Parts: sequence; structure tokens; C-alpha cells
Amino acid sequence: MSTTTTTVSAATSSTSTRHAVPTGPVWIVRDAWTEALRHLRIIPRNIELLIFATVQPIMFVVLFVYVFGGSIEVPGFDSYNQYLLPGIFAQSVVFGSAFTGVGLAEDLQKGLIDRLRSLPMAQSAVVVGRTISDLCRNMLTFSVMLVVALAIGFRFEGTMLEAGAATLLLLLFSYALSWVQALMGLSVKSVEAANSAGFIWMFPLTFVSSAFVDPATMPDWLEPIADANPFTVVTNAARSLYNGLPVGNDVWLSLAWSVGIIAVFSTLSIRKFKRATAA
Amino acid sequence: MHAVEATALKKSFGPTDALRGVDLVVPEGSVVGLLGPNGAGKTTVVRVLTTLLQPDGGTAFVDGIDVLAEPAKVRARIGLTGQYAAVEERLTGRENLVLIGRHFHMPVPEARRRAAELLERFDLVDAADRIAKGYSGGMRRRLDIAMSLIARPSVLFLDEPTTGLDPRSRLAMWDLIEELEHDGTTTLLTTQYLEEADRLADTIVVIDAGVVIAEGTADELKDRIGGDRIRVSIARAENVEKATTALSPLATGPIDISPSRVTLTAPIRTGGGVVPGAIRALDENGVDVVDVEVRRPTLDDVFLALTGKVTDTDPTPNLQEVREQ
Ligand SMILES: Nc1ncnc2c1ncn2[C@@H]1O[C@H](COP(=O)(O)OP(=O)(O)OP(=O)(O)O)[C@@H](O)[C@H]1O
Ligand SMILES: [Mg+2]
Repeated sequence: MSTTTTTVSAATSSTSTRHAVPTGPVWIVRDAWTEALRHLRIIPRNIELLIFATVQPIMFVVLFVYVFGGSIEVPGFDSYNQYLLPGIFAQSVVFGSAFTGVGLAEDLQKGLIDRLRSLPMAQSAVVVGRTISDLCRNMLTFSVMLVVALAIGFRFEGTMLEAGAATLLLLLFSYALSWVQALMGLSVKSVEAANSAGFIWMFPLTFVSSAFVDPATMPDWLEPIADANPFTVVTNAARSLYNGLPVGNDVWLSLAWSVGIIAVFSTLSIRKFKRATAA
Repeated sequence: MHAVEATALKKSFGPTDALRGVDLVVPEGSVVGLLGPNGAGKTTVVRVLTTLLQPDGGTAFVDGIDVLAEPAKVRARIGLTGQYAAVEERLTGRENLVLIGRHFHMPVPEARRRAAELLERFDLVDAADRIAKGYSGGMRRRLDIAMSLIARPSVLFLDEPTTGLDPRSRLAMWDLIEELEHDGTTTLLTTQYLEEADRLADTIVVIDAGVVIAEGTADELKDRIGGDRIRVSIARAENVEKATTALSPLATGPIDISPSRVTLTAPIRTGGGVVPGAIRALDENGVDVVDVEVRRPTLDDVFLALTGKVTDTDPTPNLQEVREQ
């Protein structure tokens, strides 16, 4: 930090380089982080948002555990909670990604977007920054949820390293879905549309999966869909890691899904952003 | 080299030809006023010059840099205050300024220092740490302009900086822009208000329906349509025909009748004896006169003569009263 600071302030003192435009990957990340801070700064002062980000996951954990916890049995797990909670973690962070689309749709409607586009920053920073801020918000949600889960009896049956890897896999997947949401938020005409478009497919995605029940108990036609669902793959990987069970290919498959989605949808979203704003 | 040089800018939106070959030059250190009615293409010109919009044809240079070829370099040199206030409502005034400074890649301490300077200068110190959502229209505008000045741009673009402000805020904004001019900030300013262009701009470029229809200093534009103006206010609207008859021998051009039909304006030859002659003629025709005034043509007259259209209503009714409060 200190070295860059000195070079930049030295540059600003001379008129000829006053308007220099730094480029390169480091500056893209910096510009995106500046944009992310625009959103993150608001979180501590927005009570509603804080409540949504903390109370909602607590409620999810407590409701599911006490409502379903006693009644369902899953082969291979002593308690349903050890099976269920990783699924709830996964569902919560995936729901958290919906903010990205709504936030971008909001930004596009404000006069601020023209100003941002007239600044000498990386043009993709507006979108990348938004996804980063939502990832940070999701981390907050996740920590609260994890603490509550541990308080009501959830246990890491594997090593801490495995638990950490499970957490990272879930966050990476939510980040990937943020990019899907980004594309949707940039494609629709209004904030309301972004809101419903962002949430509607979350329900089939998270329920037709292994998050709450073993897909083997589903009707024959539904089971293969649930098994192929990337959300199932990620949930299974995280669940096995938290429970210290063999993971098979699930970890690599989850990584492949997440990285693939990020690659495809970030490209599409950034292109869409440039087009949507250039009219 | 001029601060801004645009040649033959063209832009269509579907069937609408927003710009039909606009040439524009802003010399370094001067203020150019781009004047035109709603839909004339003012915002489109600003959006092209600030890299936000690709023109269909023409060239544009800012500080000698090709806007189309090197938009990123241009962005580092300009400040833009768009037609609609563009502040982050969820942040405070100070945070807004620092945010923009950071996007210009200033180190945090420098951005903070510059933000403090601008808050002071734009009379926003008391509101600096309040969320911008609660700002009044005038405060928002001031913050908006402060944001576009944070990196000391070579060229400042102000798109209708006073539209939507009440007369008092408008006057404050004019003082502020005049101060910026005083410091030598090169500015391209758009406005629908002739009075505003007259007061703030060194050179005025009049555009209508996507083409430049006149260009020059306010005085040059006034001279172009020549002569003084006589304005007669009569007591009763039904006498307007008689008044027209009485004035026609004195008028050197068409007589304009206000919508209320109690005010007549006409170009006259410059020189003495016009007012007594007019009053005598009106009296002989049996018209009760309330007021007669002879004045230099205003930009409104210029606009009327150039486009055949009357401009928006006077932006600052009772300017004098506002000043005196
Ligand atoms: N994005 C757009 N899509 C379609 N038409 C547009 C678009 N932007 C501008 N136009 C049209 O181009 C013309 C010029 O618009 P512009 O906004 O440049 O005018 P203006 O002089 O700024 O007007 P105003 O004083 O109302 O701001 C208008 O007819 C407008 O309807
Ligand atoms: Mg406009």
C-alpha cells in the first residue's frame, strides 16, 4: 500500500501525469473494491438490511431443525441435523446471491451510473464490485448461521481443514450464482422484475436437490434431476466435508461447476453491462 | 489546440435524428454555453463528448485526445455533472466526494483533503456527514458539481446545472459557476435559459433539432438581429388590433403579441423620437397604454428570430426581489 501511495502522489504533483490512467489487473481489482466499498459502507447503518442478513439465517436454522429435525431419518447419518444443516447453509448463501441482480437493476436506473461510466476506472468495476460486496455480505450471513448451528448442536465431524474447505465451496458457489443474478438484473427492465426473476428459480434449484431429503426418496422422474442439479453436487460436497465422510468426486465437480459458471456468466454480464449502459 | 473540438457529430436514435452534424469548439479557459430548447440535442452532445455515447459520425477531441479512440484517457481529464443529479444517495456528501476521488485513483488522504476543500467551498460543511438522500435540490446540485471537480478536470461539462432549482438556488448556482470561471475552469454548459447563457457564457452556441443555428457572443447574437425593441403594455386585450395598427409604421419587423394579448413587442430603428411617436399613435387610435419600454434585444428575441419559436418562460421571475431579500 505505502509504495503505491507514494508513486501516485508523486505523479499527481506533476501536471503532465496528473491525468494518468493506470491499467492492468491490479487496478481492475482496486476499482472493483472501491465499488464494493460503496455498497459495504451502507450495511452497518442500514438496520433493516442487518436484520435481514442475520435474523433470517437464524430463523432458517432454528425452524428447520426444530420442525423437521425430529421426524426425518436419512440413512448414514445419526441425526438429521448433521444432514440438514449443510443444506440450509447452502440454501441461505444461494438466496443471498439474489441481491446482486436487484442491486444492479437499481444502479442502472439511477443517474449515478452515467457518472460512474464517465470516470477513469475499469468499466467492469461496477459489476465486479457489486458481486464482491454481495460475497462479503454472504460471508456475514454465513458466520452468523454457523455460530447458531454450532450453538444448537451441529458438529464438525471431520477436521477443521475440511470444515473450512466446505465453507469455501459454498461461498464460491454463491459467488458463481451472483454472476447469474447479475446477468438477469442487467437484462430486465425494472427493479421489481429483477426481484422476482432473481428469486423464482431459487426454489426449484434448492428444493429439487439433496439439501433437505435424500433424492432416492423422490419420484423416479425427479430423482435424476435432483442428482444432476449442481446445487446437489455442492451440497453433497459440503455435507461430506463437514461430517468427515468420503467426498468422492463431489469437491472437484463443485469446483468445476462454480468456476465454469463464473467464467461464462461474468463474460456475459460484463458485455451486457457495457451494452445496457451505452444506449 | 482547443479544450474541446467536435466536428460533424451525428447521432440517431431509431427514427430520431438527435444530432445532424454538430460542430463545436471550446477554447481553453473559456465558458461555452450550448443553448437550445427541449429535445435540441444538448444532452446528446454532452454524452458523446464525455465518452458515454458513440456517435454515428463525426470526430471529437478533448484536450487533444480522440474521444472515440481513447475514451479512458478522456475520462481522466473531464468532470461531468449530468442533467439529473448523480449522487450516491445512500452515502454522505463527504463519502460521495471521497468515492469519486478514489475512482480517479487518488490516495485516500489526498481524496479526503480534496473532499474537505470542496465541502468548504460549496457551502456543504454542515451537511457533509449527513446522508445525501436528505439533501435539498440545491445541495444535491452543489454536491454533484463538487464531485465533478474533485480531480481538477481540464474540462467541466455542466448539463442544465440550474434546471429544477428555485430562483434563490439558481442565483447561488450562478455565483458559484462564475467563481469557477474566474479560476479559469474550461466549461461547456448547456441551458434552456437565455438569461443563464447570457450571464455565464463567453460564447453561445445555439442548437435546435440537432443542428447549430447560430454562434457568437451574446452581443454578437443580439447585433445579428439588429435594432432595439419596443415593448408596449396596453390596458385591455380587445384593443390589441388597434395597437398593432398604430405601431406598424414604426416597426422594422414583425410585431410579436404575447399570449395574454396585452403586450406587444416590435423591432424599431435605433434613435430618438420613437417613444413619443408611439405614444401619440396609440393615443390617436384610442388605446389605453399602461407602459412603454425601449430596450436592447434579449437572447429571447434572438431565439425567436432564429427559430420562430418562443423559449421557455423566464427562469427567474422577480429576480430583483430575490436579490434584495
Ligand atoms: N437514449 C435515447 N433513445 C431514444 N431517443 C433519444 C435518446 N436520447 C435522446 N433521444 C432523443 O434525441 C433528441 C435529443 O435529445 P437530448 O436529450 O439530447 O435533448 P436535450 O437538448 O438535452 O433536451 P432537454 O432540454 O429536454 O434535456 C430528442 O428527440 C430525444 O427524444
Ligand atoms: Mg438534456
